[in-house]
Amino acid sequence: MNIHEYQAKEILRSFGIPVPRGRLAMTADQVERTAKELGGRCVVKAQIYAGGRGKAGGVRLVADPEEALQVAKDLFGRKLVTHQTGPEGLICRRILVEEPVEIAREFYLSITLDRQSSRYCLIASAEGGMEIEALAATSPEKIHILTIDPFMGLRTYQARKLALALGMQGSLCEDCVRLMMNLYRCCLEKDCSLVEINPLVITRTDWLLAMDAKINFDDNALFRHPEYPELLDYSQLDPLEITAGEFELSYIKLRGNIGCMVNGAGLAMATLDMLNEFGGAPANFLDVGGGASRERVAEAFKIILDDPDVQGVFVNIFGGIMRCDVIAEGIVDAAAQVGCTLPIVVRMDGTLVDKGREILLASGLNVDYTNFLADGVEKIVSQVGKLQS
Amino acid sequence: MSVLVNRDSKIVVQGITGRTGLFHTRQCRDYGTNIVAGVTPGKGGTVIEGIPVFDTVEQAVTATGADVSMIFVPPPGAADAILEAAAAGVGLAVCITEGVPVRDMVLVKRSLADSSTRLIGPNCPGIITPGECKIGIMPGDIHTKGKIGVVSRSGTLTYEAVKQLTVTGLGQSTCIGIGGDPIIGVDFLDALCLFNDDPETEGVFLIGEIGGAAEEEAALWIRENMKKPVAAFIAGRTAPPGKRMGHAGAIISGGKGKAEDKIRTLQECGVRVAASPAKMADAMIGAMGH
Repeated sequence: MNIHEYQAKEILRSFGIPVPRGRLAMTADQVERTAKELGGRCVVKAQIYAGGRGKAGGVRLVADPEEALQVAKDLFGRKLVTHQTGPEGLICRRILVEEPVEIAREFYLSITLDRQSSRYCLIASAEGGMEIEALAATSPEKIHILTIDPFMGLRTYQARKLALALGMQGSLCEDCVRLMMNLYRCCLEKDCSLVEINPLVITRTDWLLAMDAKINFDDNALFRHPEYPELLDYSQLDPLEITAGEFELSYIKLRGNIGCMVNGAGLAMATLDMLNEFGGAPANFLDVGGGASRERVAEAFKIILDDPDVQGVFVNIFGGIMRCDVIAEGIVDAAAQVGCTLPIVVRMDGTLVDKGREILLASGLNVDYTNFLADGVEKIVSQVGKLQS
Repeated sequence: MSVLVNRDSKIVVQGITGRTGLFHTRQCRDYGTNIVAGVTPGKGGTVIEGIPVFDTVEQAVTATGADVSMIFVPPPGAADAILEAAAAGVGLAVCITEGVPVRDMVLVKRSLADSSTRLIGPNCPGIITPGECKIGIMPGDIHTKGKIGVVSRSGTLTYEAVKQLTVTGLGQSTCIGIGGDPIIGVDFLDALCLFNDDPETEGVFLIGEIGGAAEEEAALWIRENMKKPVAAFIAGRTAPPGKRMGHAGAIISGGKGKAEDKIRTLQECGVRVAASPAKMADAMIGAMGH
């Protein structure tokens, strides 16, 4: 789960990590007033769920409150397209206004999971501001990685070694050690899958400051973090993805016109791959899960049909625990409720497949049925293709 | 022969009185799995479906000699359940639970490094040796005793492969669903080692997906050590980067974990990769040289 930069900074501050002075603004007027409060000159930062904002014009240094107002008016409601948003972009609805910082040096610092060792690792580099992936590709020797033994936790001597490797000295080095210890505490206590400070800066007056911050939470830890949902900014999410989340369905909007309902994440991914291979374009990824009820299947199907891009639906179910008759009933319920006339191709196999087929064929829906995966993919691609021509 | 589980395995079910736990306990028992005990704290001394329930795994092991645990404990208690199984000395813990936090699994994984207990999962369908023992949520009837070892990060995609292997007559020696999370117990490498040494396994089918580098590691190991033909399928060739595709571990991040890189590495290491999920058994047959 993503949160905004200003929220990440509030969390870091609560763990004793210094961040620039600033305020969140929801209106241009608030931006202007914050600029006045900060003394005129300030940084105006669009808050969206994606990186690369600077290059897209979403981060600007302004000279006075009037300019802050102008920039705010320009940014609010604007669609920012960065290399992380995809061509559809994300709309800016919140702005963080911060004091400008005189930077002496920039660093990179993050904690994330290292899958290979199954441990958290602290990643640091004296090349701040760059994307770590780009740095890893060009100069991996400039990246320092410390894998943390969960039984020992991060120890100060380990953090100190890393801070020294970054070129920090004296009391600044000790400040950095404390910051790293706090960052690890934050990562654990907040169940972060990523906590990143980029850049971490040393100011001209020799203070450490988290200039930009990013935090991702581990969705699986939601049960012990009632604060997670309150941090979500729904304006940054696809409305269908929000609805799907309410029904505990795993749904991702894609750019094509074939709606997909599949059980199991691996099979769902493989189904998208096959549709593409046959020249089709999936409109979504949707995993209805292993033990969905008739109601949940119906909701899933309605979410697919709610997408205006969808011109046909492909259902691919390998019934194990999930019975094919339950799937069929759910589809018939949903199609009847929304009056679906789009072509539907259903491929089912496994538990109670014959009963499922009977229910579908007796429903009077525009359903094409098959037992075979490749056959089903071919059918839906040709039918949706026919619709377009 | 088979790997990890067989007709002699004695299973204790942790979370046996929960709805899911009980449903699958029945299914496994109907398949022929020897379920000897259940554990639900607070319900020790009761009997469910003729199976004695204990408060702790240790009690269950002492009383029944259980050597494998099947875990259906919900996420908040799942890590504890795995650690309890290990402390009680079962040789294998199979954790079906989906949604265990990463922070919990970091500790579990570290703890199991000092233990002789193997973990399968979490977030997995389980393990089955056809005709002998089914521990997990996979549909038993699509499996047939045979010669292919199957190891997979996915659930339903594995059923797809299994059915194809059954239809083509190859069958399966043992199928291990290693799970879709970023931190898991038994991984591709462990499974490949086991299959390599199992006389009943003549070939291995590996099902991977985007995220992480486990498939690449497996590929390099296969090139150096594998004595048997291996075929594979990798899901997610067209998955958008940065999106978590259902499984917690299925994400392309920072340009790493792409399907195409995995496929290329596997092919370079002599593994035949199925172009489509409809052709998984064909790839296996090809790799076997039939």
